[in-house]
Amino acid sequence: MTINTSRRGFLKGAAAAGAVLLVGARTDGALAAASTDSAQFNPFVKIDADGTVTAIVKHFEKGQGPATGLPTLIAEEIGLRMDQIEYEFAPSDPQVYNNLLFGPFQGTGGSTAMANSWMQYRQAGAAAREMLINAAAQDWGVDASSVTIEEGIVKAGDKSAPISEFVAAASQLEVPAEPRLKDPAEFRLIGNEAVRRKDSAIKGNGQAMYAMDVHLPNQMIAMIKRPEAKGGLAVSFDDSGSKEVKGYINAAVLPNQAGVAVYAENTWAAMQARDALEVEWDMSAAETRHSDQIKAEIMAALDSEPTYNVNKADAAAIAAAIDGADKVIEKTFYFPLLAHAAMEPLNCTIEQTADGNIVLHDGSQMPTGPHMAYQQIFEMPAEKIQIKTMLAGGSFGRRATPDADYQVEAGLAFVVTDRSRPVKLVWTREDDMRSGYYRPAFGHKVRVGLDAGGNIIGWHHQVAGQSIMKGTAFESFAVHDGVDHSSIEGIADSPYTIPGMALGLTDTPKATSVLWWRSVGHTHTAYTMETMMDLAAQAAGRDPVEFRLAHLADAGDVDQKRKAGVLKLVAEKAGWGNAPAGRAQGIAVHKSFGSYAAQVVEVSGDPENGVRIERVTCAVDCGIAVNPDVVRAQMEGGIGYGIGHVMRDQITLTSGAVDQFNFPDYEPLRIGDIAAIDVHIVPSAEAPTGVGEPGTPPSAPALANAISALSGVHVAELPMVENGVNFF
Amino acid sequence: MALTLKLNGETHTVDAEPGTPLLWVIRDELKLTGTKFGCGVASCGACTVHVNGEPTRSCQTYVEDVEDAEITTIEAIGDDKIGAAVQQAWVELDVVQCGYCQSGQVMSAVGLLSENPKPSADEIDAYMHGNACRCATYQRIRAGIQRASDILEA
Repeated sequence: MTINTSRRGFLKGAAAAGAVLLVGARTDGALAAASTDSAQFNPFVKIDADGTVTAIVKHFEKGQGPATGLPTLIAEEIGLRMDQIEYEFAPSDPQVYNNLLFGPFQGTGGSTAMANSWMQYRQAGAAAREMLINAAAQDWGVDASSVTIEEGIVKAGDKSAPISEFVAAASQLEVPAEPRLKDPAEFRLIGNEAVRRKDSAIKGNGQAMYAMDVHLPNQMIAMIKRPEAKGGLAVSFDDSGSKEVKGYINAAVLPNQAGVAVYAENTWAAMQARDALEVEWDMSAAETRHSDQIKAEIMAALDSEPTYNVNKADAAAIAAAIDGADKVIEKTFYFPLLAHAAMEPLNCTIEQTADGNIVLHDGSQMPTGPHMAYQQIFEMPAEKIQIKTMLAGGSFGRRATPDADYQVEAGLAFVVTDRSRPVKLVWTREDDMRSGYYRPAFGHKVRVGLDAGGNIIGWHHQVAGQSIMKGTAFESFAVHDGVDHSSIEGIADSPYTIPGMALGLTDTPKATSVLWWRSVGHTHTAYTMETMMDLAAQAAGRDPVEFRLAHLADAGDVDQKRKAGVLKLVAEKAGWGNAPAGRAQGIAVHKSFGSYAAQVVEVSGDPENGVRIERVTCAVDCGIAVNPDVVRAQMEGGIGYGIGHVMRDQITLTSGAVDQFNFPDYEPLRIGDIAAIDVHIVPSAEAPTGVGEPGTPPSAPALANAISALSGVHVAELPMVENGVNFF
Repeated sequence: MALTLKLNGETHTVDAEPGTPLLWVIRDELKLTGTKFGCGVASCGACTVHVNGEPTRSCQTYVEDVEDAEITTIEAIGDDKIGAAVQQAWVELDVVQCGYCQSGQVMSAVGLLSENPKPSADEIDAYMHGNACRCATYQRIRAGIQRASDILEA
């Protein structure tokens, strides 16, 4: 991945935006007055006249930590304590607040929030610092090089004053062309274990405002009655039953006929009125298949010539070499559809203001998506549409649909009204479970050949499943020569040296709406790679750690060195090979989103009467850990998310309709499922890489390998509870 | 119909039909949004409030059944000594991630510590089983409850 960290590029943009805000007119026509109001030093730093610094956070907060991490970068560079900086979420502006990895597109995903903001936000803080220092130097008649800022206090010799003294003067100064960034040796906040989350207190006392908590004056609640199977179209409805519900207002077929919007005065009335609504559906174009058929298509594709020879290997020669190998290990894997099931059911609120603007209140993961869609729905220019980003109660990828599905639904439910009342679209848990976008089902078939010395001589790997990226706006970004990289990431591009690898891919027909799900393709590729590595080590009679390290032995290869580094660290920290009596260990290591994570899962019990997960040990190398405790939390969460789903979750379809309704049929990980998790962070001077997703990929294969070591049961089809393994 | 609720020490008159879940009266009528809607079927615990001091799933509690009860929500639990200790521990350990389930986690944790001031890890797991956290902050919840217990003991 390439991140544009050109200082000049940033500063040019920053200076332009700053100048506009300082000397231009506000949208309401009044002159912006920096001296009496807050001063915007650049798009990312605002300082009030009283010295309160606010970081403008361009990434949404779903728990992964940017509302702490991005302010940390600015506070570090200016010279503030963490309690001297606040945060607010950026407005929708794909030019100024774009994700530097996504192009002119504002969005959070791919574990990039810190990676793409690292230099940008430090430079923003450093620029503001230099302006404050220059203002102080002028005021005090001293050389700027003698002025420092620490904990919000500007000092030079015996002179000292809070930064608030210089906000007005500093904001009039030229934005420095090349602000000096702090040397890592000077860091006080970056990498500091003591830095706490900025959003902890409000999330523990009920004050945090999520999109679900928006309550605009005179708002209506809208719920959508949707067809049982995707693709059904609403033809007409009978709301005589709904009219019996107190608080019911009315109903309308959405312009795209995807459902019927039911409007009510409150949420409970909307639920009841929707239940009472009778809809006539045209199901002629709806999905009708069963999950068994979809699985059969995937399995058949694995036994056929693949559509794409991903790594352009001589697959026939490799297959022949494996046929002649001393030992051959062959396994077929199946990964079911999975739901994201974030805690906050999807919702958003839309209003038209007195001046005719459309305002969306949303836990918005990719604001540019609804911003573009609303220009079409409301036939309005971009500047008439505003997006207010609220806290999000989780996402795991679900809030980032390329077609902005739920925001478009809200837009359609609003555009058919007279727009005099705001509309709050609310999904129930059942809507979320049954009308979702799913981690696609995938199959893998792998044959590995070993020579007499226990060395890999060939790795023949077939993958089949539904492409996530094809047919979306992200196709050109992720699909090359027909291959959707997200279907096969983490196999041939793994840092392992694997001689004789042939990787084939076949896209299977559309089964349902599919979407990235925390760690995307790595959810199934890591499981396959890392359980096969264990089986190969076992067949070779070699220790799983030693066997992996033998495939990461190129000392000149930084990728291999870092992957080997986390493997060795986790083995040491977990006491690899020394499990207490009655317990067994399994290990896995995987690189994803630029980071390296290795985990050891320790289990007891047995598959028939119940396996208990006693301990998970994790080592991660994510470059510089800006907020180490947030990194640790993301590993803990990523492990829980990965393990929880492979234990017992799947989405199945009957005649195109999702069989699961709510948590009782899609049982989440519970507090007693994992007894303990320890996370160890590799010290690093490299630029930060992802942490939101990399904890997930190794967790499930490490569990599978532990169960295999415990009992000899190797689970190749998921979920585990449907395939011979019970849990406590 | 008009109903009287005693909530967070105050008396409120609300207009709600019989059969309305307490959750929606708290959120939509009283505009106290700290109590969350997660599943609607009492399987996630995000809607947990206290009814006469007992953690209760407000999504499955009819409003007319709690007319004479003392109801406490996350907004007022910090006034309670145990509630304040749990909230302090939550901040010290940065328990939260997305935070959406945490109101319910805090309310259940207070319930646990009220009846068992020094719970073991297994007792915490058993009591907190019904409070789901999709971010999987569970081991910090466990540690947070133990830390709150220590704060209260000190």
